[in-house]
Amino acid sequence: MPIDLEPTDVVLVGVGAVGGVAALPLTSAGLDVIGLEAGNWLTARDFAPDELRNNVRGWPQSVQKANREVPTHRRSEGAPYSPRPSVHPMMNAVGGTSLHYWGQSWRLNPWDFRVVSETARRYGAGRIPAGSTVEDWPFGLEELEPYYDAVEYEVGISGQAGNINGTIDERGNIFEGPRQREYPMPPLRGSGFTELMSDAARGLGWHPFPGPAAIASQTYDGRPGCVYHGFCSRGGCHVNAKSSTAVSTIPKAMDTGRFSVVTRARVSRIEVDNDRRVRGVTYFKDGEEYFQPADAVLLASYVYENVRMLLLSKSAAYPEGLSNNHGQVGRHYFTHNHRGWVTALFPFDLNNWYGAAAQGVAVDDWADDNFDHAGLDFIGGGNLWVYTERRPINAAGMNTFGRAPRWGSEWKSFIRENADRWTGSYLQKTTLPYEDNYLDLDPNVTDPYGDPVCRITADFKENEIRLTEFAQDRMVEWFTAAGAIETIRNDIETMGPATHAYGGTRMGRDPDTNVVDEWGFSHEAPNLGILGGSVMGTSGARNPTLTAQALAWRTAAHLAGNWSTIAG
Amino acid sequence: MEKKEKKKRHSSNNETRPVEGQPARPGQGAEVLSRRELLRRAGMLGGAAALPVSIARAAPRKVPVQEPFETLTATESDTLEAIVSRLIPTDENGPGAAEARAAHYIDHALTGPLSVSRDAYSSGLEAVDRYAETSRGIRFAELPTEEQDSLLTEMENGTATGFSPDSATFFNLVRAHTIEGTFCDPYYGGNANFVGWDLIGYPGVRTSVTEEEQDIDADLEPNRMSAYDYPMFTKGGA
Repeated sequence: MPIDLEPTDVVLVGVGAVGGVAALPLTSAGLDVIGLEAGNWLTARDFAPDELRNNVRGWPQSVQKANREVPTHRRSEGAPYSPRPSVHPMMNAVGGTSLHYWGQSWRLNPWDFRVVSETARRYGAGRIPAGSTVEDWPFGLEELEPYYDAVEYEVGISGQAGNINGTIDERGNIFEGPRQREYPMPPLRGSGFTELMSDAARGLGWHPFPGPAAIASQTYDGRPGCVYHGFCSRGGCHVNAKSSTAVSTIPKAMDTGRFSVVTRARVSRIEVDNDRRVRGVTYFKDGEEYFQPADAVLLASYVYENVRMLLLSKSAAYPEGLSNNHGQVGRHYFTHNHRGWVTALFPFDLNNWYGAAAQGVAVDDWADDNFDHAGLDFIGGGNLWVYTERRPINAAGMNTFGRAPRWGSEWKSFIRENADRWTGSYLQKTTLPYEDNYLDLDPNVTDPYGDPVCRITADFKENEIRLTEFAQDRMVEWFTAAGAIETIRNDIETMGPATHAYGGTRMGRDPDTNVVDEWGFSHEAPNLGILGGSVMGTSGARNPTLTAQALAWRTAAHLAGNWSTIAG
Repeated sequence: MEKKEKKKRHSSNNETRPVEGQPARPGQGAEVLSRRELLRRAGMLGGAAALPVSIARAAPRKVPVQEPFETLTATESDTLEAIVSRLIPTDENGPGAAEARAAHYIDHALTGPLSVSRDAYSSGLEAVDRYAETSRGIRFAELPTEEQDSLLTEMENGTATGFSPDSATFFNLVRAHTIEGTFCDPYYGGNANFVGWDLIGYPGVRTSVTEEEQDIDADLEPNRMSAYDYPMFTKGGA
């Protein structure tokens, strides 16, 4: 039998990018919060600039929970399973993957909230791809704006505004929706390479700008600005300039005296009472089993574990899994169409060895509905991003562009000349949910505790493939204008375990097609809230974390503001 | 904009490095180093820096013949050394995987982080020698380099027989690990004397980089630092 613990107001399942944000508005409102985190604390001394450890061997996970539950993947029902990676795309630690992500911190564009209605208005309803289950969000950008703003200031985002209350500033993204004020810090500085690319984009008549980053560009909240040392991708920050939740909202929440973090806590089930309400969670820590009662539970793991935890938490009230009496848990899953990069070779050194993957230049002219699709055979678009940070193993493993073999003296001569003359690009492209892309429990593969892992059945469709070709054309155009002599279009790949995963517990007003309501609370279990990309129904053409964090803040603020109704 | 058409190359030195499992040397502070101190540590004061690149490269450090391996057998290590020496050869462009100690990197990693590949190396290296004997009459390590290269090409193409599941899989495994062992942080026992980083012009691990150092024409001196020469960093996991 589990050890029964003292009840608390709110229990957070996961203290990462979203749980770590939600803790702040909850505790600031006077609620007592316990955060259950599968990982440990990591600190600046853990974040060595070590490519082999961080990037090749997959980061020193503080615990191995995530790596023991890597989802399986098949492209469709009946298709063979894809090779299963040994390392999970996300990590367990206080602060979660916000410790070692690139830190690109975008707001979605207005169109992303209104894909269905805006497409119908501009091009006709027939332009929504067949089989897509995409819906408009239950609200628009203007509803989320104050929460974006709160996260940008409390977490610490650097960037250049492009639209303050409708006034366009061409130094920023002219396509972004209105924001109430500037970012709390100026953008990360440029580099020689990003200036080269910015000049080329302007020469094409495009609108380049520095992207927003969860990285301090100057001293902020007592943390120093970025030192651009080049080990940011999958590397934590050794000076705490990266605005992970572990150095921003989590310590602020702990300062209230109302936030306790339990590390190495592996949550096994969310428990339900006779009224179909949740009553707390069961977890294991260091070999002991505990039950933590709470008046409200916020599920704040990643997409795959959010879905798995609900499907594993079966009860008389929820025989097919918690909050799944409408059969929507696991539906509307997609991963961001962010492969299909373009790689380029230049005839001169780029000096791209240092910097950070979030130190770059973006072009949004071809994203979302920022251009006319009347004569095109797809909807949506791609944000184009080029960036700094080159590491030696990756540099030496470069594509040889058909100009050299893959080994031997000729190869050695080639990489000696070209290791600093190539670059990738990051093309984040609209991705839609489809009726036959979904998550469920794998019937055969389990974690070491005997619970099934999450199974992904999903693949990109025609809209994503056509859009990728279009975005790649634009990226080739940009690289060529900057002087590149070779370009390679990389494969779109498929929807296996990814750092940008969405859906599975989608947000919307209709319980027949969505798991959570417009505030992020279950349509079926009213005191269960769900945080993270799993509630997002569209991807936009940009990284999801800031949107997931803004939604988490909004859900937490709603809980605090309606405590007696929701938790009473 | 003026573009450099050829990057400046840097010579190797013979400084010994800390390796995995051994404590970092004392006195390697994380303090901001003066340029002179950087050059001194790099062994580049006192005339070495003025040497033409071709001369400075001409005397790569020799790997001791009898240096023991940790897990690979004598026969396995002979074959692996011969393979990595052809994948990244020692040639007119300077030291290669042999001087980087890539085979020793792989051997050590097979006792820990790469232990899942230990059996693949046993079976793959044995298959290399068996295929060398059946197709060319003698073990791989004893073949002339031209024959070694043609055999490796057959492996890469998946046409060499006797491998499980196929020769291309083993070739790609060894190639990936050889690149790791040549270009990794020297802490792991590869990239000895920074020969890999010198080859591709990587100026080394730094904990802070200025705006000027990110100019497209900046020409940074290699600092010859391992991440773990900075005492603030601990080693954990992986």
